[in-house]
Amino acid sequence: MKKEIANWGNYPVTESDESNFSYLEEMRQYVRTTNHFIPRGNGRCYGDASLAANTLTTTRFDKILSFDIPHGIFECQSGITLDQILEVIVPKGWFLPVTPGTKFITVGGAVASDVHGKNHHVDGCFSHHVEEMDILLADGSIATCGPDLLPDLYEATCGGMGLTGVITRIKFHLKKIETSYIRQKQIKAANLEELLRLFDEFKDYTYSVAWIDCLRKGKAFGRSILMLGEHAKPGDLNEKQQAAPLRLPKKKQFVFPFTLPSWVLNIFTVKAFNSLYYRKNLKREINNVVNYEPFFYPLDVILHWNRGYGKKGFIQYQFVLPKENKEGLVEILHRINDKGLGSFLAVFKLFGKQESLIGFPMEGYTLALDFPVRPGLFEFLDELDTLVLRFGGRIYLSKDARMKPDILQAGYKDLPRFQSILRKYDPEGKIRSIQSDRLLLTKPN
Amino acid sequence: MPTLLLLGASSDMAVALAQKFARCGYDIQLAARNAARLDPLRSDLAIRHGISASLYEFDAGDFAKHAAFFASLDPKPDLTICVFGYLGHQQAAASDWAECERIIQVNYTGAVSILNIVANYYASQHKGIIAGISSVAGERGRQSNYFYGSAKAGFTAYLSGLRNHLYHQQVHVLTVQPGFVYTRMTEGLPLPKLLTATPEKVADDIYKAIGKKKNVIYVKWFWRWIMFIIKCIPEFLFKKLKL
Repeated sequence: MKKEIANWGNYPVTESDESNFSYLEEMRQYVRTTNHFIPRGNGRCYGDASLAANTLTTTRFDKILSFDIPHGIFECQSGITLDQILEVIVPKGWFLPVTPGTKFITVGGAVASDVHGKNHHVDGCFSHHVEEMDILLADGSIATCGPDLLPDLYEATCGGMGLTGVITRIKFHLKKIETSYIRQKQIKAANLEELLRLFDEFKDYTYSVAWIDCLRKGKAFGRSILMLGEHAKPGDLNEKQQAAPLRLPKKKQFVFPFTLPSWVLNIFTVKAFNSLYYRKNLKREINNVVNYEPFFYPLDVILHWNRGYGKKGFIQYQFVLPKENKEGLVEILHRINDKGLGSFLAVFKLFGKQESLIGFPMEGYTLALDFPVRPGLFEFLDELDTLVLRFGGRIYLSKDARMKPDILQAGYKDLPRFQSILRKYDPEGKIRSIQSDRLLLTKPN
Repeated sequence: MPTLLLLGASSDMAVALAQKFARCGYDIQLAARNAARLDPLRSDLAIRHGISASLYEFDAGDFAKHAAFFASLDPKPDLTICVFGYLGHQQAAASDWAECERIIQVNYTGAVSILNIVANYYASQHKGIIAGISSVAGERGRQSNYFYGSAKAGFTAYLSGLRNHLYHQQVHVLTVQPGFVYTRMTEGLPLPKLLTATPEKVADDIYKAIGKKKNVIYVKWFWRWIMFIIKCIPEFLFKKLKL
């Protein structure tokens, strides 16, 4: 049925014929008979990576196939969300090996975007923990792949934005936990220098991420809150928590009730928000034990928070720069600062070493910012792209909705190999999205 | 642990029922055509809810095998929900007897055939619960779907009679009258949002109704009143309407 769909950024909006199947045979039939399409999970990437005239949504394909509790190996269909997986594994003493900042993504999407989390510097990306998976290829056949099995297909699928085929089954390794709580440390950094120093000082923490205020100048340039965490041991819990150490968090959710007019977010309101957010931590350092939900998924309690950016939607701009190019980070932050385009959610992290064929992370600094779509934004982001490239960085495909093809080519050095693998498994170029056409990864009709 | 038998387990409504009852501690028997394709659902129910789930091959239209099918169930279910149904194509069925016959056989004859067997067993045990998913389409024949509607009307009357009969054997029968439901069956139809229930809502309502031993429920509840009004329209007027 044709309808208007968009991903999390609400930009772009496109008309799409969306299909959603419960059974593998139906999916194979669809793939054989549809002339071009893109697989889609829960629509939580930000831009146009999973948009096309025909979308094959997998959210009905969401069954758990096996769970080896003693060894922590989980096998499922691709449309199940991380939220549903957590409900099953946490009470048994297991956790996701890697999780992004929302649990409302499908596990297929986690592989297709090769998501990273606050533990990238320790545990790498999600795909690093995948043992094997099945891919429904463009010709309707199913190929099983893994690090040692059709490694080219495996590599191109991890972070490949769904372009190799439809991921149908995934088997991956979980992380052992003793409690469902996180021992959290938050430290306020007065400026960027201090933040980078703190990242270095606390690099042994499993989880680390920082919120950064992009609108401050002078001495407070880059003031931020560093958030660190470790899975809590039973001894870290208070008496009440110890009674049920693997308790699931209570479901509380608020719905963002309507779409805010676009003008509500402006330099003044964002500055005010940032000041409040920075000051809410009265002490320089806070140490406490919290459930995993507020630590990993603070925004998931507000359903539809993307409505806050207005009807025109927003772009989440995420780039990474190599660690040696700190001056690039400073320059980009200055540019954002001068422009006065601020963002509530500027998230900063230091990535570790693991790299892959088409995956986004590289060892260095990554910054993610939300910008409401408005006149002049895309020209400004093009300027930032040029800076990112100059300093040897690249842009995250899962968040992208507007990058130019040459920026992609310069940022991802293995792109030719990725494209040759795509051609090998999908010679007719059936699987493509608005993004892949825009970036000339695939050939538009 | 009590056991639920789902007849026609591959539909969206059946999947929602399986999840709901498994979450509430029931073991689940999934009966459907091509039962093997439900193996992912079987493993999912067992892993998510720590219950036991099993698959059985069952074809509503293959009456001859119904007795053997029920005999093969081990253990015998405490609760049986008849979910299968076939909307069919009204226009095609008007000129194609095979389509028309299929609508009648799946929605009425097949349901009666298997539920007779279940009912006789429950009567002999003096316990058991049967729930049948009929449809508000069976409340009054309309030009747009009277093959489906008349088969469901027959099924509703059957469930009513069966409830009367089994009451004296301590067996309870629930009739479920869903209005519009978002499922594969209705995919692509422009359904009014307010009047349309999700399969999960249907499953929740059925679970509650069984606990309270209700006789007839409508999902959503106001369908009872919508259908009441539709039934009140005099025939001389009704025949002129395009419903």
